[in-house]
Amino acid sequence: MKQTTKTSYHIPVGPIHPALKEPVFFEFEIDGERIVDVNVKLGHVHRGIEWASRKRNPIQILYLAERICGICSYCHPAAFALAVEDAADIQVPERAEYLRVIQGELERICSHILWAGVAAHEIGFDTVLYLTWQMREKALDLTEYLTGNRVTKAIIMIGGIRRDITKDMLPKIQDALKYFKDNFEKIRHIFLDDKTVMMRSQGCGILTKDDALKLCAVGPTTRASGVKKDVRVDQSYFAYGDLDIDCMTPDKLTGEVNGDVYDRIIQRLLEVKQSIDLIEQCVDRMPAGDIVSEPKIAKLLAQLKRVNGEGVGRHEAPRGEVIHYVKFDGENESPYTWKVRAPTYNNILPWIPMLKGEQIADIPIVAASTDPCMSCTNRVAITLGSKKYEMDKEELHRLSVEKTRRLMK
Amino acid sequence: MTKNLTPEEIVKYFKDEFKTEIKDAKIKRRAAGSKKNEKATIWMKVDKIVFKKVIKHLLDLQFPHLSIISGNDLNETIELIYHFTVNYGNRLSEITFNISIDLPKSKPEIETICDYIPGALITEREKQEFLGVKIKGIPDDKRLFLRDDFPEGVYPWRRDETGPEKLYRNLHEVNK
Repeated sequence: MKQTTKTSYHIPVGPIHPALKEPVFFEFEIDGERIVDVNVKLGHVHRGIEWASRKRNPIQILYLAERICGICSYCHPAAFALAVEDAADIQVPERAEYLRVIQGELERICSHILWAGVAAHEIGFDTVLYLTWQMREKALDLTEYLTGNRVTKAIIMIGGIRRDITKDMLPKIQDALKYFKDNFEKIRHIFLDDKTVMMRSQGCGILTKDDALKLCAVGPTTRASGVKKDVRVDQSYFAYGDLDIDCMTPDKLTGEVNGDVYDRIIQRLLEVKQSIDLIEQCVDRMPAGDIVSEPKIAKLLAQLKRVNGEGVGRHEAPRGEVIHYVKFDGENESPYTWKVRAPTYNNILPWIPMLKGEQIADIPIVAASTDPCMSCTNRVAITLGSKKYEMDKEELHRLSVEKTRRLMK
Repeated sequence: MTKNLTPEEIVKYFKDEFKTEIKDAKIKRRAAGSKKNEKATIWMKVDKIVFKKVIKHLLDLQFPHLSIISGNDLNETIELIYHFTVNYGNRLSEITFNISIDLPKSKPEIETICDYIPGALITEREKQEFLGVKIKGIPDDKRLFLRDDFPEGVYPWRRDETGPEKLYRNLHEVNK
């Protein structure tokens, strides 16, 4: 009988793929159904935004920063504003600090609910996708009511915020919060008690606490592995220093930390609950007063032009810590250097230990479980020896759905 | 680490060990919110000769979180700033710790810290291609963000003749 030898083969996933909201390229080494090794390549959507800032003044950069990412359209300008305030030593009015927290937490609710829908879709639960996104629609309606827009909100300003929340606006906020709380239990039940979701997500895509620390993971990805790291808790910025906030980790609900996909689902659900609570605290405690330190833009720009120094702004975005570094040279209106670091940048390397040893059908849910902030595409090419064929979005999605169906039998 | 050090204690911890090799160290505090709780930031400039030992010394304190390495082209030198955070996990006691080094433009080389902090790989690769810094001993020196056919010797964040100005003014020469 002829002896057959088993060799591993390579699957490129991306740069265009359904699990990823923006292009990124993975090269998987596969042995049968198991993933042996992973290589990641980035840069397909590098737009040179930091370089583009060299021709813009800080106010214009606020709007440029907003366009780094559609879902984090508040976090980037917020971190930039923090960095500029640090460099120029601008004090922000107290009321504005509270309003900034409300906007930040509302964005977290939108983002986490959106992620819950995507995660459900990846394992073939499309009804849950519609259910969660219906909830998200309510969060977007509230965002539109408070800022005038659903996605690019243009709400933050260096030294404050651009729109106040007046007394007559409070009932609508409370209505929306009540709606989230009423529906939260439903979502919790679907994700945490469902047998199939448990089978697909428990023990899958594990990131150990040690790896999370060493690979500098951030946000829900690192907290789901048990690392207590949350900028909102650890540092006093905006009004977070005044509020009652505790670092969420999955053991708060289950009593143990496994660092798998299931824990990352728990983590995000706990954070949605925490965000609702934080908004309520802000609404209750918000002091009266100004919402911006310097309302005249020309005066603010003249002040910033004289700044000679550097600053760092850190904010806890829905996906984790976002950090901006700004340096002014005191001569030019535009910053000398502006460096942006989005959370996914640090969550790329943790993918490697998560994916090693998993099955091909688990790629979409494991990759999606860190909530990567990259855009979506739809074609995978498979090279099997000399035979090449292409696996498209539907095919890979079908594999994932089939695994769920198999488990349900 | 059993107890959280204050920013002053951290600066002292490094000054005791490295003395004059710590060129500059300043602590900045900013208050926020109604309760005026403060956050602290340390800016420390060290000599590049002791850089690796400084990182080792920092590791003895607590495993730090490396947020990012940022860089400036300062005409004569290239400045790299390593943005760490320490004391995380404790309410309001986290410190942003920025360690900067100056590298001469004639020989912009620095040792990798991937052997201590594996998560530094992505940001070190980015610095290599964007600032033209040579990271010695980096486990993987492939390009990260730039395309493979991007010309060699052009560094997008440089402000001298190796910067991208010439490239984007003469895009017709690239034939892309």
